[in-house]
Formats: sequence, C-alpha cells, structure tokens
Amino acid sequence: MTLDMVQDLLLAILGGAVRVGTPFLFVSLGECLTEKSGRINLGLEGVLVFSAMAGFGGAYLSGSPWLGVLLAGCSGAALALLHGLLCSLNRVSDIATGIALMLLGAGLAFYLGKPLIQPQAPQIPSIALGAWSASPGVQSALAINALFPVGVALAALLAWGLAHTRWGLVVRMAGDSSDAAKALGYSVNGVRIAATTAGGFIAGLGGASLSLYYPGSWNEGLSSGQGLIAVALVIFARWSPWRCLGAALLFGGAGAIGPALQSVGISGGYYLFNAVPYALTLAILVATCSTRRAVKGAPMELGVLK
Amino acid sequence: MSQAIWNRRDWIKSAGALAAAGVAPLAQAQKPLSVGFVYVGPRDDYGYNQAQAENVALVKKMPGIKVVEEENVPETNAVQKSMQGMIAQDGATLLFPTSYGYFDPHTLAVAAKNSGVRFAHCGGLWTAGKHPTNTGSFFGYIDEGQYLNGVIAGHASKSKKIGFVAAKPIPQVLRNINAFTLGARSVDPTITCTVIFTGDWSMPVKEAEATNSLADQGIDVFTMHVDGPKVIVETAAKRGKLVCGYHASQAKLAPQAYLTGAEWNWLTAYKQIIDAAQTGKPHPNFVRGGLKEGFVKSSPYGAMVSEGARKNADTIRARMVAGSFDIFAGELKDNTGKVVVAKGKAFKQTDIELEGMNYLVEGVVGKV
Amino acid sequence: MSAAPRSWHAPAEALLLPAGALTAALLLFGLFVWFGGHSPVAVWLLLFQGAFGDAFSWQNSLQRAAPLMLTALAVALPARAGLTLIGGEGALVLGALGCAGLPYLFPGLAGTAGSVAVLAAGALLGAAWVALAGALRQWRGVNETISSLLLGYIAIALFKHWVEGPMRDPASLNKPSTLPLADSLRIGPISPEGVLGDVHWGLVIGLLLCLAAGLWLSFTASGFALRVVGGNARTARLVGLPTDRLVLLACALGGAGAGLAGALEVAAVHFAANASVIAGLGYTGILVSFVARHNPWAIPPVALLFGGFAAAGSLLQRRLGLPDASVLVLQGFAFVFILAAEALRGRLFQLPMPALAKLRLVAVQGRPA
Repeated sequence: MTLDMVQDLLLAILGGAVRVGTPFLFVSLGECLTEKSGRINLGLEGVLVFSAMAGFGGAYLSGSPWLGVLLAGCSGAALALLHGLLCSLNRVSDIATGIALMLLGAGLAFYLGKPLIQPQAPQIPSIALGAWSASPGVQSALAINALFPVGVALAALLAWGLAHTRWGLVVRMAGDSSDAAKALGYSVNGVRIAATTAGGFIAGLGGASLSLYYPGSWNEGLSSGQGLIAVALVIFARWSPWRCLGAALLFGGAGAIGPALQSVGISGGYYLFNAVPYALTLAILVATCSTRRAVKGAPMELGVLK
Repeated sequence: MSQAIWNRRDWIKSAGALAAAGVAPLAQAQKPLSVGFVYVGPRDDYGYNQAQAENVALVKKMPGIKVVEEENVPETNAVQKSMQGMIAQDGATLLFPTSYGYFDPHTLAVAAKNSGVRFAHCGGLWTAGKHPTNTGSFFGYIDEGQYLNGVIAGHASKSKKIGFVAAKPIPQVLRNINAFTLGARSVDPTITCTVIFTGDWSMPVKEAEATNSLADQGIDVFTMHVDGPKVIVETAAKRGKLVCGYHASQAKLAPQAYLTGAEWNWLTAYKQIIDAAQTGKPHPNFVRGGLKEGFVKSSPYGAMVSEGARKNADTIRARMVAGSFDIFAGELKDNTGKVVVAKGKAFKQTDIELEGMNYLVEGVVGKV
Repeated sequence: MSAAPRSWHAPAEALLLPAGALTAALLLFGLFVWFGGHSPVAVWLLLFQGAFGDAFSWQNSLQRAAPLMLTALAVALPARAGLTLIGGEGALVLGALGCAGLPYLFPGLAGTAGSVAVLAAGALLGAAWVALAGALRQWRGVNETISSLLLGYIAIALFKHWVEGPMRDPASLNKPSTLPLADSLRIGPISPEGVLGDVHWGLVIGLLLCLAAGLWLSFTASGFALRVVGGNARTARLVGLPTDRLVLLACALGGAGAGLAGALEVAAVHFAANASVIAGLGYTGILVSFVARHNPWAIPPVALLFGGFAAAGSLLQRRLGLPDASVLVLQGFAFVFILAAEALRGRLFQLPMPALAKLRLVAVQGRPA
C-alpha cells in the first residue's frame, strides 16, 4: 500500500469514526446511565430503531429537524419507560424484557414507518470543521454532525454529574447498593425507572442522528445491531462516560474500514471486514471480563456479571 | 311452405349460434383475471420494488384485471405459501414473483402443483425442456440504460473518476458496471470507475459509507445497483456530487444532482404476459427486451446536462433502438488484462454468454 | 377464604397466565389497528382464518412451526441451566453451511445414511457455536446474551463469505449458493398427497426432539441436575454438581437444535445454502421459548401458534393492506404481556385477597382499617 493509500485510509477511518460513531455514542451514554443505576436495558436496539423512525417522522411532518430530534428523544424515553416499569415488577428479568423491547420497538417502527420510507425529511445541519483544508477528503471527514458536540457535552455532563452531584450519588447508590439507597429513603425502583427513562431519551437522540443525518433516511435496514454493540461498549468502557466517547469513536472507525479499503482498491473479503465491529467487541469483552474478580467499576447491583 | 319453415329454423339456429358466439367472449371478459404480485421488499423503496409497484399501479387500471399484492416476502418457503395463498384464497391464475431468488426452487415448486396457473418470474433464466411451460421469465436489458448513464457521466465528470456502489458481484450487476464504464470511456478513454460492493441488497449505512469513501477519493459522478438507491443519491448530493439513477427515477430526491437514470418500464412486459393470459394464448416463456422494445427507459435529463452530452447520448440511443449498436463488442479486455471479447466479435443483448458475465472491464477499479 | 396456595393453583396459573397474556396482546393489537382505521374484528377473524381456517392454512402454519420448535430449544435448554442465550440465528446459518458443506468433503454421500450425516454435520456446527458462548461465560465471565448475539452476527458474516466465495456453485449465477444437495440426500414431505401437503419431516423431527428434551429434563438424573444448576448455581456448586460441564451440555444440545433447523432448511426446503436461509427464524424461536416458559413440552403448541400468526400475516397484507410488520407488532405485544404476567405468578389467586381482607377487618373491628 502506498503512502497515499494509507493516508486516504486513515482519513476515511477518521471521518467514519465521527459519522458512524455518533449513534454509538448516544446509545452507550444512555445505557451507561441506566446501568449505573443497576439496570441493564438490552432493548436499546429497539429504542434506536423506533426513535429513528419517530425522529424522521417528526422532522418530516413539522419541517424542522430539531423538532424531530426532540420527538426522537421523547419516544426513546417512552419505550425505555416501558422497560423500566416492566422490570420493576417482581420476577421479571431485565434481559428478557430487553429482548421483548427489541422486538416491540422494531415492530412498531417498521409498522408505523411504512409511509416514511419514501419521503425526505429536513436534515440536521453539519458543522464544517474542516473548512481550513483544501482537500475534499479532510473537509468531509471533519464535517461533523451538529449532534456530535451535544453528545460530547452530554458525556462531560454525565461524568461530572455522576461524580459530583447529589443526583449522581443517588443513582450510583441504587446501582451499587440498593440497601444503602433504601436506608436513605430513596425508592430504588423509582431511581432506576428515572435513570432508564433518561437513558432512553439520550439513546433516542442517537436514533435521530441515524435517520436525520447519516444515512439521513428512514429504512427498515437502518440499524444492524448498533444498539447491541453500544451495550457491549459500556462494559468495555468500564461505565465511564468519557471512555464511552472513546469507544464509540473506535467502533465508528472500525465500521468504516470495509468500504474505505474497497475504495482504495483492496476488495477481498468484504464480508469479513463488515464483521470487524462485532468481532472487535467480542474480543474486548473476552479480554476484559473475568469470573474471578468483578469487573472494575461495575455497579454491584448489575446482574450482568456474576 | 316447408322450405320457408326450414329456412326460418336455419335462420333461427344460425342467429342463435351467432348470438352465443357473440356472448361467449363477453362472458369470458366479464370474469376479471386475478393477478398476484409478490415483492421482496417494501413497495416504496425508491428502487427495485417501487419500479415494479409503479407499473403494477398502471396494471390495476387495466379493464378486467383484479390485482392482489404482497410485499416484504423473503426468498424462503414463505413465498411459496404466499403464492399458494393467492391461488387458493384469492383465485389468482397469473402470478408475478418479482425477485430473482424466488425462481428456484420456490416458483418451480408451486408451478408443478398448479399446472393451470401461469407464473411470470422477473429475472429468471427459463430454459425450454428444463422448466415447466406454465412458468416463464421476463427481464429487461437495463445495461443499455446504464451505458447511456455512463455517456452522460463521462461528459459531466471533471475529475475523470466515476463511482459505482453495488450490492453483490453477480452477472446482472457486473453487466451494469461494465456498461456504465464502457459508456463513460466512449466519451473519454482515460476515465476510471471505482466499484464498492456492500455485500447485500439493502444496507443503508454501508451504502452511505461507500458513497462517502468514493467521494473522498475524488469521484464526482455516481451510480448504483442496490435495491433502494435513495441513500446513495442523497449522500452523493450532500457531498455536492452528481448522480445517475437506477431502477426508478430518484430525480425528486436531488433535482440539482440528478443527471439521468436507467429505469425499468415493466408495464410493457406485464402487458404482453397479461394479454396472453386474457386472450387464452400460450404463456410467453422467455420475454426480454431493451430500449428498443420499450422494456427499459431513461429518466429525463437534468438541467445541468450539457447540450453536447445530450446529443451524444441521443445518437447512441437512436442506434440502440434501431438495433445497430452493441455494447459488448471486441476487442474488450478485463481489468486484469485478459481479453474477454475477441476482436471482431460482438455480443447481441440476447446472447446467453452475457448472462454469465464474471469479469470487470478495463477501467474498472475493483475485484470481482 | 385463606391466602394459602392450593394444589391446583400452580397448574391453573401455568395455563391461565399465558392464555390471559395472549388474549390481552390480541386485544391491544385490535386497538392498535383500530387507530390505524381498520376493523379489529376483521383482523381477528383474518388471523384465525389465515392460521387455522382451512387445510391450506394448517399446512402453512405447520410448515412455519417446524423450524421454530428447534430454534426455540436453542433458547430453552440453556435457559433451564440459567443462561439467556439468544444466538440461535448464528447456529442456524452455520448448521445450514455444515449441511450443504459436508458433500464437498465427502462427495460420495448418498441415501438415508447420507441424509443423517449432513443433518448431523449441521447439528454439530450449531452445537459448537452455542457451546462457545457458554464456554465464554463459564470461563471468562462474558455475559452470554451479548456474546451470543455478537457470535450470531459473526456467524452470518462467515456464512456469506464462504457461500459467495470458496463454496460457491459456479452455476448459481445471480443468486450465489453452494452446490445443490444430491437428490438422495434431500428430505421430502411427510405425505405429499395427503392433507399435510408439503409439510416435511422436519416437523416430526422437531416434535420428537422437544419430547425427548422434555423427558430428559423431567425424568433423568442429568436433566434434574441441570435444573438445579439453573435454579440456584451456588447450591449446585455446594452439592458438587459439575456446573461447567452441565452448562456446556445444555448449550451444546440447544445449539444442536438450532443447527439442525438450519440443516433442515437446506435439506428440505432450499436444497442449497444461500442467503435465503437467513430469515430470522432464530429470533422468532427466542419468542416461542419465552412464551413457553422454556418448557420443551409447551414449545410445540406455542410454535404452532406463532407459525399461525406468521401465516396469517400474508392474508392480513393481501386483504386489509396492513404492513407485513403487523405480525412483528403482535409478537412484540405478546412478549411484553407474557413477561408482565410472570409478575402475577404465585399471586393470581390471591389478588382479590387484600380488598376482601380489608372488608373483613372493617366488619370485625367496626371501623375502617
């Protein structure tokens, strides 16, 4: 591979990191909040698809992309609220409810989204950070989604809020020791439901990014496991919002490798390249988890890691 | 007197016979022909299925026809059940399974059990002696449309680099890629066409990624062969590039970027087959056609297509319609240097070798 | 009236709760389509007609139920061991690959023995794949739900790579497939002329395996040991049960079921491995298993019910113009209600109690509580 090709490849990966990574960022931040409170929400895959559809529909019907974004967030919150309520019932498993929500979210999205496949909706604007460069490649790689800075700000807010505010402490208590939370008079279920709903709202913003920016269209094949990968990302990121940001960018870049390689002429085995994000996630999980010691940073109440 | 009575009886008999003969076809025409259509994806995908559905909407307006449709039917047993259901529950006597993967074994299996029902499969390779006579296949030579796309692209491209986002490297797709490239290189032999395979017929994120990657490489005119071109058209337009459409017209999506497009005109094929069914003629088994027969058409030129480009394309179009233009005419080399069409040889569109194409012509950057 | 549980409470609950949940799902679905402007009664009638209305519908439903029984086992057996594995789709496609691929290695395969061999190859590959997820959990503590899903996506990518690459049949031009299975290896319909139509032997295999799984779990020592592991892993370890091996066994058996489903899809339906095999059967199997509460005895009727829903989906599309996703929505509602109904387990017959107890207290004490 010539130097030119390497440079092109790196540029494509950088561009892809932000482009493809934005939905990962939002979903993993939302899941991070939910899991910090001691609940796991696998249904974020369904939330992602459903809020993408709702956001697209909202933007299309109202003519404003930001109203669409708001609607996406609210619909994500609504679906996550359902998850929270179901899980707060006795004997209902978090994981099973998550799977149910995956199915329901996708089904509702496909059903209600039928009339939305054809039309175009106003898109979220992009911020041209690369305007200083003459190269179109750099320009496009650095033309970022207006939601991306929102995501970065959210990561900062979450990181600071969880560590330094009272609400953050309450959430962490519900996740680390429900007894302590109860002793202090907080309803553990209530905190978890609130955290799950807020997490759903944030994940919904990721859905809006998919349908209103990149690829910018509603289609039944829009998500292919991105919600699930984001849940795995949270474990990889050790439940730290900043590391979630890094992990999202990493996976976005990994997803861009396949097409980038083909565009510089290396075209064998593109299926295998398409599988890189999944294999990478699995490899990271295998490397970081262990039966003997609890994963450092895991909320104690989370039933995910035995 | 007896002669008059005999004449009157005769007259009455012949009048009666005439009346019966007159009423019979009328009675036959009274009962509507129930026709079923099966789509593999959503009807409004701005692509393959929409092209079919738009023409089916025109079929619905034809007199004496009742249409039932089913969409999003996967290429599994499910399509057998759908077709069987249309026959058993909706009384369909003519079925159009419109996806390539429906033919073998599914359409053949259902056709074997329903010899009185006609099946017209889109894209399949019906072979006499191998497949039952109540099945048949129809398809269009849309590579002619892609060749014309290429000509326009050749005129419009400033960077001399054009791009093709494709699903899978199967013969129908390769034929399109090659036609597009040959069309562009007929304008300027230095033009190269870079192709990216996404791996499946409908993968919006991969398609957007591919378009962006190609745009990063400096490609400024795009076309595609995927089920739903909407994402590629919109992404290319967002990057300020030009695009040639495919399957159906995507002009509404990006009017400032849409040069022209290669579209299906399935109504021509449908009409032939439905006509045969309605009038009791034998089921046409192998229906093919290109621009000349009206099976495919081109979208109207966008405003930014230059006068010279239009003239060039129209000249070639006229020759295609007259039957005097061969796209795959030798000497043709593939992109590894091997000669694939010998000098002096020219393949007609109907030649069976073209249906087994497995190479990319010189000028295409990519591997099969 | 006392609040103590009676002996008939548990079996009654086992029947009433799922039935009630499904009824609620159907009602909600009716409401849902009513908002979309369709008549709920028409929808319910069409659901019934499309699923069980006539011989054709029955064939349709049975045909669709056959693979669901096997993919549901892939979820049910590990679930009884305490794992929530949802990677049946991956095991299914690898099973299809194994079935289509064995003749490449042994071209002389033929006859019934050959059929058994290709089915076994598929089952083996499926078993290995799901056992991998189980092993990752036991030895590395990786959450099996996430790992099995990721393995599923990876399996699909591997499948596509091999089918369209090294294993591709050069004659399969526009639809990349493996070489078609030899005629003698194919599995045919049970009774083509009879009322079952083109329902193939896969249905019988599925039924038998569910039966066998149920017998194994209920009446054998190892099955019992597995249920202990699933019920309380710590107790199992205290008692000295070989937890790891049992978990792996459950995963392997379940994966074999899904792999067999894939192999049957090749041997009885498509006769070659290609992208049509990837049809979401694994995911529907998850739903079937949960509704059946992971009980192999209950899987066949639930599979038939969901096969019926899917069969009716076609009719809903053609007659009412409802989108094909309506079946997904119905399934989603069913799943949610089934899970919510779990919360009532053990308390269904006590629900009226609080109100009545309060009344009695008021009557006895003469004042509000």
